[in-house]
Amino acid sequence: MTDVTVKELAPADRSAGKRATGKIVFYATVIFMCVVLVLPVIAFFINAFAFRWFYPQLIPDEWSLQAWQRLGLLPPPGQFSIENLFAQWASVPDVVRALGLSLWIGFLVTGVSIVIGMPAARALGMYSFRGKRLIEFIIITPTIVPPIAFSLGLNINFIRWDLALEAAGINLGLSGSVLGVSIVHLVPVMPYVVLTLSGVFANYNADFEAQARTLGAGPFRTFWHVTFPAILPGLFVACLFAFLVSWSQYLLTFLIGQGRVITLPILLFSAAGSGNNAVIAALSLIFIAPAVLILLVSSRYLSGESGAVGGFGRV
Amino acid sequence: MTHVRINNLTKAYSGVDAPAVADLDLDIPSGRLIALLGPSGCGKTTTLKMIAGLIRPTAGDITFDGDSIVRIPPEKRGAVMVFQNYLLFPYMSVGQNVGFGLKMAGVDPKTIDQRVKEMLNLVRLPDISDRRPKQLSGGQQQRVALARALITKPRVLLLDEPLSNLDAHLRDEMRELILSVQRDLGITTIFVTHDQEEAVLLADRIAMIFDGRLQQFASPDVFYRHPASERIARFLGGVNFLPGKRQGDTVETDVGSFRFAPGGEDERPPEDGLLTIRPEQIVLGQPTAENTVQGRVVSRIFVGTYTRYRLALGSHQIEAVRSADVAGDFAEGQDVPIGFPADRVWMVRPDQAA
Repeated sequence: MTDVTVKELAPADRSAGKRATGKIVFYATVIFMCVVLVLPVIAFFINAFAFRWFYPQLIPDEWSLQAWQRLGLLPPPGQFSIENLFAQWASVPDVVRALGLSLWIGFLVTGVSIVIGMPAARALGMYSFRGKRLIEFIIITPTIVPPIAFSLGLNINFIRWDLALEAAGINLGLSGSVLGVSIVHLVPVMPYVVLTLSGVFANYNADFEAQARTLGAGPFRTFWHVTFPAILPGLFVACLFAFLVSWSQYLLTFLIGQGRVITLPILLFSAAGSGNNAVIAALSLIFIAPAVLILLVSSRYLSGESGAVGGFGRV
Repeated sequence: MTHVRINNLTKAYSGVDAPAVADLDLDIPSGRLIALLGPSGCGKTTTLKMIAGLIRPTAGDITFDGDSIVRIPPEKRGAVMVFQNYLLFPYMSVGQNVGFGLKMAGVDPKTIDQRVKEMLNLVRLPDISDRRPKQLSGGQQQRVALARALITKPRVLLLDEPLSNLDAHLRDEMRELILSVQRDLGITTIFVTHDQEEAVLLADRIAMIFDGRLQQFASPDVFYRHPASERIARFLGGVNFLPGKRQGDTVETDVGSFRFAPGGEDERPPEDGLLTIRPEQIVLGQPTAENTVQGRVVSRIFVGTYTRYRLALGSHQIEAVRSADVAGDFAEGQDVPIGFPADRVWMVRPDQAA
C-alpha cells in the first residue's frame, strides 16, 4: 500500500501514464492466465462430476459420480456406505496403485537427483575451471535433445545390460522395471536440479563454512547448521522441480517401463484413448492435485525474500 | 596462553611457480599480539588460514605449546578465526551467533545464555541478543564476531584485517577493544593486515611478509628506525635513499659521510647499500649539528600542521617534513643545512628488483 501512495504522489504526468499502462498489462496478464490455466481446470471439475455434458448446455443438467465409481474410488451406484468405501479402497484400485507408484518414483528420483546434483551444482556455481562451459552444456542437453531419441537408445542398452547381467546370474531388470524408469527419469530431472542449485551456490559464500569449522563444528554439523539453512529455499525449489518433472513423465515411463510400470500419466493417457470424458477429467484432477498442493504449501518459499533462490528469482 | 611456533611453513599451489608462502619461521610467545603485515597477495592470509586449519600446508610445521597441529582438523585446534567481513550467520539471532561455538561444544543452553550475556557485555553490546545481524552496523557486527570467537576461550585468536572495514572513529574504538580484551584474556593473537598503520597501532611485534617470505620480525618502532631492506622502508613510507658504503659506523656517500648509531646484536646493516632516513627525522637549518650537509630547497608544500620540502642534495633529491611548531621557514631556491641525526640514520640493503 505504501508503495502505491508514494507513486501516486509523484508529480510527473508521464509516471501516471506509465502507471496506467502497467495496470493494463497487469490485468491483461491475469485474464490471460485465468483463461489458459484456470478455465480448463474448471472444465475438468464439471466434467468429472457430470453425467452428460453436451454442446449447447452451459452446465450439465444431470450430475453424477459415475467417473469416480468407474475408477473404483467410490462403491458402485446405490451401494454407498462407509464399509463399502473402505472395502473398495482396500482392494487397491488401479488409480491408487498408479498414484502410489508415481509418488514413490517421484520421491526416489527427487532424492537421488539432489544427492547427485548438489556436488555438481556446488562445483559449477562456486568455482571456475577448464571445461566448465562444456559440462554445463552437457548437463542441459536433455532439455534440448528429444526424449524419444535418448530413451530408445537407453532402452536398447538397458535390455543388453539386463541380458548380460542375467547371463552372469544377476537379475537386475532395468528394462520394464521401476528401477529402470526411475533411472531414466533422472535424465530430464538433472538439468533442473543442477541449474537451480548452481544458481544457489553462485550466491553462496563458503567462508561461512570455514567460519563454522574454526568455531568448533565438524564437517557434518557445519553442513547441518550452516550450509543447509543457507541453501534451503533453493533446495526446496530444486526438489519441487525434480518431483514435478518426474511426476509428469509419460513418454520415458512408457518406453522404458514397457507397459509394466503403470504410473498415473500412463493411466491417464490410456483413459484418454477410451473417450470417456468424465473418467479423463477425474484422472486429470488426480494428476494435477499434487502440483496444486505443493504450490499452495510452498508459495511462502517461492515468493518470500529468500535470496538463495538465486538465478531463478521468484520463479 | 599458547606458545605458537611456525617452522619452515610452505604452501605451494600446483601450476603456480612461486609458492604462496615459503619457508616461514615465526616464534610467537604466548599472550602476544602479532601482526602479519604485507601487500595484498603476499601470503599473509594463506598463513593465517594454515594456522586455522582451513588450508593444508605443503611443508613445514605449526605447533601450539610444542604439539604439532598440522594434522588436527580446524574444529579441534582451538584456533578461532574472525573474518574480515564478520560472517555472522544471517538466519541466527545475535545471541545464537555468539553462542554457536559453545553449542558445538555441547554446553547446556542455560550456561550458553549466561556466557553469551558475559561476552556481549565484554564487547560493550549488552541487550542486543535477540536482534538479527542485519539490524546491526558494521562496527557492531565486528564486535559480535569478536564475542563469538572469544566465547570458546580459544588458544589462539586469528583476525583477518580487523580494522580495515571500519570508519576512522570506529577504528580507534575497535582498536582499544581488541587491545583490552586481548590483554585481559591473554589470548595469543595473530592478525593480518595490509595497512602499516593498523599493524603499528595494534601489534606487539610485526612480521613483514613479501612474496610469501618473512622479511623482518620485530617490534613496530624497529621497523621505523631500523628497516631491514629498501622495500620494507618504502612500504612504511620511507622515500629517502642515498647509495653508500659502510665502514664501521660511518657511511660514505657521494654527498658526504655520515655517522650512524649501531643497532642491536641481530641487526647487521649491509656494507654496500642505501642510507635512509625518514622525512620527519631530518633536521633543517642547524649548520653546527652532526651529520650536516648543505642542500637547496627545490619546492615546498604547506600542509597546515607541517610543511613538506623537496631538497636537492648533490645529484639526489630527498624529502623532508618539518612540523609547523618548529620556528623558521625556507623559501624555494634557498640554500639550507640538512642534518641527519646519527640515531635516525640507517643502512638498508637495496631492492634487487630496483
